[in-house]
Amino acid sequence: MARRVRAAAGLLITPLVPDDVLGTLNPMWSRSAPRARVVRVVRETPDTTTLVLRPGTPFARHVPGQYLGIGLQVAGVWHWRTYSVTSRPGDRLLSVAVTAVPGGILSGRLAHDTPVGTVVGLGPAAGEFTLPEPTPEKLLFVTAGSGITPVMGMLRSLDPAALSGAVLVHCDRTPDDVVFGPELRALAARTGLRLVERHTAGAGRLTPDTLADAVPDWAVRETWACGPAGLLDTLAEHWERVGDPELLHVERFAPKRVGSATGTGGRITFAASGLVADAESDTPVLLAGEAAGALLPNGCRMGICHTCVGKLQAGAVRDLQSGDLIDAADQPGRPVRTCVSAPTGDITLDL
Amino acid sequence: MLRRDPRTTLETVPEDGGEKVSAAAHLTAEQVEALGAELDAIREEVVATRGERDARYIHAVIRAQRGLEFGGRALLLFSKFPPAWIAGTAALSVAKILENMELGHNILHGQWDWMRDPKIHSTTWDWDHVDPAEFWKRSHNYEHHTFTNIRGKDRDLGYTVMRITPEEEWRPKHLLQPFTNIGLSLIFEYGIALYDIETDKIKSGEKPWAEAKPQIAATFRKIGKQAAKDYVLFPLLSGPSALSTLVANLTANTVRNVWSHAVIFCGHFPDGTETFEEERLEGETQGEWYIRQMLGSANLTGSKAMHLMTGNLSHQIEHHLFPDLPSNRYAEIAPRVREICERYGLPYNAGPLPTQYAKVWRKILRLAFPGGHERYGAPKPTPRSRIGKAVRRVAPARLAA
Ligand SMILES: Cc1cc2nc3c(=O)[nH]c(=O)nc-3n(C[C@H](O)[C@H](O)[C@H](O)COP(=O)(O)OP(=O)(O)OC[C@H]3O[C@@H](n4cnc5c(N)ncnc54)[C@H](O)[C@@H]3O)c2cc1C
Ligand code: FES
Repeated sequence: MARRVRAAAGLLITPLVPDDVLGTLNPMWSRSAPRARVVRVVRETPDTTTLVLRPGTPFARHVPGQYLGIGLQVAGVWHWRTYSVTSRPGDRLLSVAVTAVPGGILSGRLAHDTPVGTVVGLGPAAGEFTLPEPTPEKLLFVTAGSGITPVMGMLRSLDPAALSGAVLVHCDRTPDDVVFGPELRALAARTGLRLVERHTAGAGRLTPDTLADAVPDWAVRETWACGPAGLLDTLAEHWERVGDPELLHVERFAPKRVGSATGTGGRITFAASGLVADAESDTPVLLAGEAAGALLPNGCRMGICHTCVGKLQAGAVRDLQSGDLIDAADQPGRPVRTCVSAPTGDITLDL
Repeated sequence: MLRRDPRTTLETVPEDGGEKVSAAAHLTAEQVEALGAELDAIREEVVATRGERDARYIHAVIRAQRGLEFGGRALLLFSKFPPAWIAGTAALSVAKILENMELGHNILHGQWDWMRDPKIHSTTWDWDHVDPAEFWKRSHNYEHHTFTNIRGKDRDLGYTVMRITPEEEWRPKHLLQPFTNIGLSLIFEYGIALYDIETDKIKSGEKPWAEAKPQIAATFRKIGKQAAKDYVLFPLLSGPSALSTLVANLTANTVRNVWSHAVIFCGHFPDGTETFEEERLEGETQGEWYIRQMLGSANLTGSKAMHLMTGNLSHQIEHHLFPDLPSNRYAEIAPRVREICERYGLPYNAGPLPTQYAKVWRKILRLAFPGGHERYGAPKPTPRSRIGKAVRRVAPARLAA
């Protein structure tokens, strides 16, 4: 009966769906296109701002360390990026900390130009950069710059017992540049967390040797690292060579790329929508499609989450992270991550 | 020599031998491509400046349309009272017209895809129309906009039920076409849904049954939903006003049908719009494509409100040149397109709705009978590229002589 009534109610507004009506009345009420309102902004450092968000509809509980999607309309166009959740699971309000990347489309606006009251798009939380259950006894966090954010989400959620004995090595230019600096120092003073701050303006970059000096038992600790690509590459190499790579977890904010792309790019046909887009040999399919107005699934936009996968029906793409060529001629319908694949000639995807 | 003055006539002029030539026959291949480049530049300029203002516009139209629709339907719950009936029916009629024309038609063209808003996108939008969006997009966006006014290819020329070009062989059934047209106008949305099913192609075997069957099923489902809403549920909700609400909804749908039929027929059928032979498509350049779109389309003049109510199809010429540019920009670029037409000696067919619609009717009436070539015959095909090249080769010799 209830279902019948709902079906009849749905028919009253066909071809719209109830969500369209709610979203027209108030964008915050939409469930299919969830929104959040910025209710507080906290200037953490000159280039980093915490945005405290009130979700319009209930937000599925995240796991500390995960990221979520933030969307903003810039000059009429929706842009989405991912930001690590820094609030605790179950908090009424969500928070993210955004560092302005010079020349970036979204981060500068979010960090400097997003007043209280702004309504942003909200994507679901996702990500594997999380602590296992039960929490490992010997923890090491290595972070630099804005890479502290996912770790901050973890530290805020861990109880003091789990924190005691854990080590956080954090790198930033000067003490004042450290995002969440005062909170981290207070946390270290209050719990058994050992905080090692490395101020690179004076002390230089972190190397495997200086890390070993600061944390002699690094090799037996399960480690979570997040920061610029250079640091993460160095750590990964080091763990691969003399440590246990299984113990190192990294989160990259920007996709890893190998070498320079070759070839001429080509025309992408999105079979489901019939849209076409032209892409250079180093332009990810996702970006080219979006520029042409296609609505494409995406999550991390960095090759991590596989949300963006489409099946390659014709042509070949290059995986920009590994340099591998994926050719539909070898096996039609091969899955391709559009955010990190560029066409080498004309291609067709099932998206 | 071919000579014509664009200001004195909009119609193709007979050559010395009495045969008509295209209004663009005087252009050389270089001129055609130069014209194409100018239009490309207009397009690029609009694309580069799409932004906040346009996004605000489409959101405002959506809000206004939904406000009118919900308001109208709310009033109609009390439609037993004549003032409520009149106001409600008027609001619902306007809402339905806006929904189909400024929203549905244009969003389904992908005019707003650039915003990447999943709620306002050609791949997600569905409209208040019995023809499911996916079939409309194929027949309209692809077939009609690609093959505009190509006889035998653009099925919109007469919608397979009317003789709208004298080149189509006359048959006795065409005697009825004035009545067919009145009927079509009243039930236009059903006509379009039926037309998209392409019963003619199913019969001839060109369209396999396997493809037709799901389409027919989907269309009937959509018709069912649309009818349930307008003719069952809202009347039921209106209680004692049930019958008057049903009549009001029928009226609103009919008003929308008659209006959209008139606007759409004025887009390609008034006097002066040219039709073309299939051969023209072969090797057609971008410049030639633009010219075909311009010569095959006609604009409506009128107020801002009029343009809005036609979904900016009153700027049919601009729409056919740039089908996927946001509709609010057509009025802005229209003076420039008109100026280009004047400079290149091309007609820019525009007139008020009553005049243009009268011309459409005159044509439908005339072509209900055999003949009609003298007034409405298509110009003799002029493969522009070949003429252009010939002129180029011959011109210096002429100058020397
Ligand atoms: C899993 C994940 C979690 C993230 N969490 C956070 C977070 O908590 N806080 C935060 O501030 N950012 C975070 N990011 C980065 C964020 O998603 C954006 O990439 C970043 O804000 C830049 O966006 P933009 O639109 O300003 O730059 P874009 O316009 O996308 O890029 C402009 C240029 O900057 C480069 N670039 C992009 N990101 C970075 C970067 N991080 N460092 C240096 N150069 C870059 C690009 O390669 C490009 O050349 C995260 C990214 C991922 C994948
Ligand atoms: S968007 Fe996450 S892998 Fe492509």
